Amino acid sequence: MALTPDDVAELGRLARIELTQDELAHLAPQLDAILEAVAKVSEVAAADIPPTSHPLPLQNVFRADVVRPSLPREAVLAGAPAAEDDRFRVPRILGEDA
Amino acid sequence: MSDDLTRATAADLAGRIASGDVSSVEVTQAHLDRMTAVEPAVHAFLHVDGERALAAAAEVDRARAAGETLGPLAGVPVALKDVLTYAGAPTTAGSKVLQGWVPPYDATVTRRMLDAGLVILGKTNLDEFAMGSSTENSAYGPTHNPWDLDRIPGGSGGGSAAALAAFEAPLAIGTDTGGSIRQPASVTGTVGIKPTYGGTSRYGLVALASSLDQPGPCARTVLDAALLHAVIGGHDPLDSTSADAPVPDVVGAARSGDVRGMKIGIVRELGGEGYAPGVEQRFREAVDVLSGLGAEIVEVSCPSFTYALPAYYLILPSEASSNLAKFDGMRFGLRAGDDGSHDAEEVMGLTREAGFGAEVKRRIILGTYALSSGYYDAYYGQAQKVRTLVTRDFEAAFAQVDVLVSPSTPTTAFRLGEKVDDPLAMYLNDLCTIPSNLAGNASASFPVGLAPEDGLPVGLQVMAPPLADDRLYRVGSALERALEERWGGPLLAQAPELVLRPELVEGGPQ
Repeated sequence: MALTPDDVAELGRLARIELTQDELAHLAPQLDAILEAVAKVSEVAAADIPPTSHPLPLQNVFRADVVRPSLPREAVLAGAPAAEDDRFRVPRILGEDA
Repeated sequence: MSDDLTRATAADLAGRIASGDVSSVEVTQAHLDRMTAVEPAVHAFLHVDGERALAAAAEVDRARAAGETLGPLAGVPVALKDVLTYAGAPTTAGSKVLQGWVPPYDATVTRRMLDAGLVILGKTNLDEFAMGSSTENSAYGPTHNPWDLDRIPGGSGGGSAAALAAFEAPLAIGTDTGGSIRQPASVTGTVGIKPTYGGTSRYGLVALASSLDQPGPCARTVLDAALLHAVIGGHDPLDSTSADAPVPDVVGAARSGDVRGMKIGIVRELGGEGYAPGVEQRFREAVDVLSGLGAEIVEVSCPSFTYALPAYYLILPSEASSNLAKFDGMRFGLRAGDDGSHDAEEVMGLTREAGFGAEVKRRIILGTYALSSGYYDAYYGQAQKVRTLVTRDFEAAFAQVDVLVSPSTPTTAFRLGEKVDDPLAMYLNDLCTIPSNLAGNASASFPVGLAPEDGLPVGLQVMAPPLADDRLYRVGSALERALEERWGGPLLAQAPELVLRPELVEGGPQ
């Protein structure tokens, strides 16, 4: 079940991380070794064991439905890589033909 | 005078500031001076704002002079791990992707310290996004262990632990996802507490793995840690996972130090092969000390702990791959490739390629794999079952005993660079600390001496049931008193004087 650099490139695409050829070559065997080590969890296969996703029993937390001040717009946009007209400026999302 | 101030405990400093014996400004200045002297070699901090700290200290001095009622730690300096926000100060989480980002809001932990009159000195170094056990994964260069500058200070909170051990701050804040408070405490001879999950707020924490992360106090003494715990702990309506329960009397427990009649369980699975002889030796001696103080010692088995490490290294990357999706170069932080020729999706890929370091990429890719269709049940699903079994082991153990103990780490501090290319070897460092994160119970590391083979600090881990954090402090303070009597003073007094060597001098962003 060895991961190839192509597999890692596909995972990188899914994770939105461009990876260099060097990184792909380096990561594939490392991920293989890690996956082999963590596969030990499959020894705990009992179907009657419920999974735990969180240490606390989670429930939705509501606050009173009243208007409260939020962060000022300038303070939020100050940390943006690019802003224009009081908005985040982002690169083109749709293709040329859209 | 200033040396005396940097070596004093937080409790002592608070008392002296309250009585007017010394001002908060003097105490703060003494720590800033100490930083100037040792920081080039230790590199515990990523950002220091001396002027802001001195202004905050002056405000405490003014309030005291005006007769205002102040908190028990008012005027005492503290260092903040650079993964918690402090409005107006850069927060990088040790990553290039957040270089220069200045958050417009305070984390709850930060806010509570400011409200209590603590003086924030600066932000401490860490492994990028708290991923690591050595602080070598910081995008801004490693922190050095004050006991031996060629060695790691632990991770990911190596900066916080090193700041304490180098006498740059009497108190610090860490975060613990798989041991990032306890493991650095262990290898620097300091005290580190991971509170019960939900016991301290995660609001304003740059999340790594939300079901595991927990901020907590780091200090040089057990009482100091308890005093800080009391300031930062308790329910926070801004954090939906915050436990709606009172903080136990941790300060009272730290002052009592009474373990008579306490039942202490040694976890059979956390010892033996793979543990350094000096670590085992100091651990056994500390257990004997507790027995001599009237605790009853029994051996306990937690068989599922064997699976905790592999489960953790599936759960953490899975949650991290989701949490770190927000670093996409759109709303804050770094943006790469925005030259008009790339669309938003390509800019995200280029930004994350340029902004993330090797360990972060490795874990995001691993998490993406573990969560992907066809592998989810075999990896993530199974890991969550292990989590159930680990929790059941703890519950069964705590039905028999009040606390569990083990070494905090299998070895003492290793050399910088020694494990950097071997992720699996690095991950083994967290063997003892991870079960508590999976189950969410309270846990701590206390110094118990130096390993005879290398003269480096060894830590003892104490684990308590959820919301019974006070038990950690009872055991810790009992140990501290007995051991300091044996040592003739604190363990850190045995640390070698820091020798500043030119080849270790490096600068982080200021």
